[in-house]
Amino acid sequence: MSKLRSRHITGILNLSREEIAFILDTAESLKDILERPIKKVPPLRGRTVVHLFFEPSTRTRLSFELAAKRLSADTIGISAAASSVVKGETLIDTARNIEAMRPDVIVMRHPMSGAPHLMARHVKSAVINAGDGINEHPSQALLDLMTVREHLGSIDGIKVTIIGDIAHSRVAHSDILAFTKMGAKVTVSGPATMLPAVPEALGARVCLDIGKAINDADVIIVLRIQKERQGHSLIPSAREYAACFGLTMEKLSVARPDCLIMHPGPINRGIEMAPEVADSDRSVILEQVTNGVAVRMALLSLILL
Amino acid sequence: MSGTDSSIRNDRLLLKGGRIIDPSQGMNAKGDILVEHGTIKKIDRAIEGTSRVPTLHLEGKWVVPGLIDMHVHLREPGEEYKETIRTGCMAGAAGGFTALACMPNTFPANSTSSVTRFIIERAREAALARVYPIATITRDQDGKQLTEFGDLLEAGAIAFSDDGLPVEDSFVMRLAMEYSLNFDALIISHSEDLPLSRGGVMNEGRISTVLGLKGIPKVAEEIAISRDIALAELTGARLHIAHVSTKGSVDIIRRAKGRGIKVTAETAPHYFSLTEEAVMGYNTLAKMNPPLRTEEDRLAIIEGLRDGTIDVIATDHAPHSILEKECEFELAANGITGLETALPLALELVRQGAISPPDMVRLMSERPALILGVEGGTLKPGSPADITVIDPDIPFTFTPELSHSKSHNSPFYGCKLQGKAILTLLGGVATYDPDVILP
Repeated sequence: MSKLRSRHITGILNLSREEIAFILDTAESLKDILERPIKKVPPLRGRTVVHLFFEPSTRTRLSFELAAKRLSADTIGISAAASSVVKGETLIDTARNIEAMRPDVIVMRHPMSGAPHLMARHVKSAVINAGDGINEHPSQALLDLMTVREHLGSIDGIKVTIIGDIAHSRVAHSDILAFTKMGAKVTVSGPATMLPAVPEALGARVCLDIGKAINDADVIIVLRIQKERQGHSLIPSAREYAACFGLTMEKLSVARPDCLIMHPGPINRGIEMAPEVADSDRSVILEQVTNGVAVRMALLSLILL
Repeated sequence: MSGTDSSIRNDRLLLKGGRIIDPSQGMNAKGDILVEHGTIKKIDRAIEGTSRVPTLHLEGKWVVPGLIDMHVHLREPGEEYKETIRTGCMAGAAGGFTALACMPNTFPANSTSSVTRFIIERAREAALARVYPIATITRDQDGKQLTEFGDLLEAGAIAFSDDGLPVEDSFVMRLAMEYSLNFDALIISHSEDLPLSRGGVMNEGRISTVLGLKGIPKVAEEIAISRDIALAELTGARLHIAHVSTKGSVDIIRRAKGRGIKVTAETAPHYFSLTEEAVMGYNTLAKMNPPLRTEEDRLAIIEGLRDGTIDVIATDHAPHSILEKECEFELAANGITGLETALPLALELVRQGAISPPDMVRLMSERPALILGVEGGTLKPGSPADITVIDPDIPFTFTPELSHSKSHNSPFYGCKLQGKAILTLLGGVATYDPDVILP
């Protein structure tokens, strides 16, 4: 394989197993650039990447910007009002205006599911989805795959458990699709109020008992918990969540001693994850962040070169 | 409708040799109809023509009472950029409809007799269909204060509905049903439990999970239908359930009818033609409320049409401009146009053997006339000559260019459809005659 089928990265849903492996291989080969004293190589010189964020983001945006800069692309960041109604300009008009300035890639985050797909239909530039609503966050899933592959050698046949608000997490959504595509068995757990309507549609199995969900897992992914969803509390309190669903050393006692602990960040320490767990030697949370830059470099180079 | 050249020309008209399908008279056979002064004068196996009576030969065509759509949105007053009463009636006539009942969610809403009179006046000017305004149950659909039913009925309102903003407060709904008894008025309910559906943009299930879109569970409809039926039973009011979309709803209505409760129901062609799969790719043309459901529901809807649980096929014709549809799925407006695709989609059910031709006429003409209590729905002598002539076999591809509606939000564009109206007569006058077959 030398090219991805589509110039857009809208989601894991539209990537094949081979394409995902190809992206991971590319990311691995680019990663050592990040460890050099001079962390910049020229392949994307003269290319322009627009970071169009309709939703606040710190690490994803920084990670994408760094990835582009490491490859010598010019980058511009735009923070836009979330709703086209508020802004008085439709998303398609925004797309056409940006398009008129001839960027090569539009990295886009938007609070509504499917917005990057809409954008992709209306621009000639490549669109990378940096998170859309409760739908997908493909680059996060790719960096999770990369991190697990580095540690375990292969994804095929491993057991992955994801704990938290599965229904409203684009990370969970992309992770389930990505890990199952690569041959892993994915189990989801957490409060039943936070499960998607049909988890099986994504390929996940549900296990509401946290102990049973993690006892034979090779990888445990803990999601950031948000108490409020559209004005409704899906859980009684943060305190109760921490007690019943938070990953503590005590709960981990039933898990395999070598299981990997992951979190997409930012962590609510003491709520979904105890500080000792986040800082334990099983935690690969900061490696995920490093790999994020490598994966995003891989996406940009595969799209543009 | 009177005094125009065409009405004089068509003072008398003989429709000869078509297959007359009129369940109100138990007719489903070849026969002739004589129209005189806008009224059906005579209907028989064979009526002798004379040289002075213009005669239309309709061998192989179906001749049915004018279709009646009891659920459309004509958008006027207020959203004339989407549709006007005139363009909506043009689309209706092209779809074979001679009468339309229009929902009150206009701007201003049809909460006062002045708006009702305005709609009737505009419809009279257009003279393309009988238009029956549905008024709101509560003032500006606020869910609190009842509208003046007596005054609205006096002005010409045909029924009451808060449409897409259903009356959430059960006490207010009870009041509305009780008050409707004074006038024997019909209450039409868009039954939806709002807290359960809030934020939802498509059916809750496999596809919503895959697309990462918030779902609307089927029970949001079923709970609200159960409540409305319980209130109808308590009060004795005449209740009509709009756009039934789930298997559970069909079951609930079937049981209620079995217990003798005065409830009727409609579904829309998209609920027996499409499923939630149509939303894939964030297709805003497949976004409506209630949302497209699953195959199981689609089949149950067809069964409901077959066994009479569902009385009526109504389109929920909901024109929206490109502004409301070419956008993020969550922001896109609910609804699709339906007037010009209803008949071919219903004919598809006939071709599949799911319903008979008389069933189709019952669902699209006779029953809506009876439920609304309006003329039409029959070809009995003395009735107005509201007649639709159908070519049940003609294939065509539905395109925006073919459409008479001002809006083009149909998921059926590009679809190969079969069968359509080739002539629509309103009181003996052609409102649709694209090939000028009328002598």
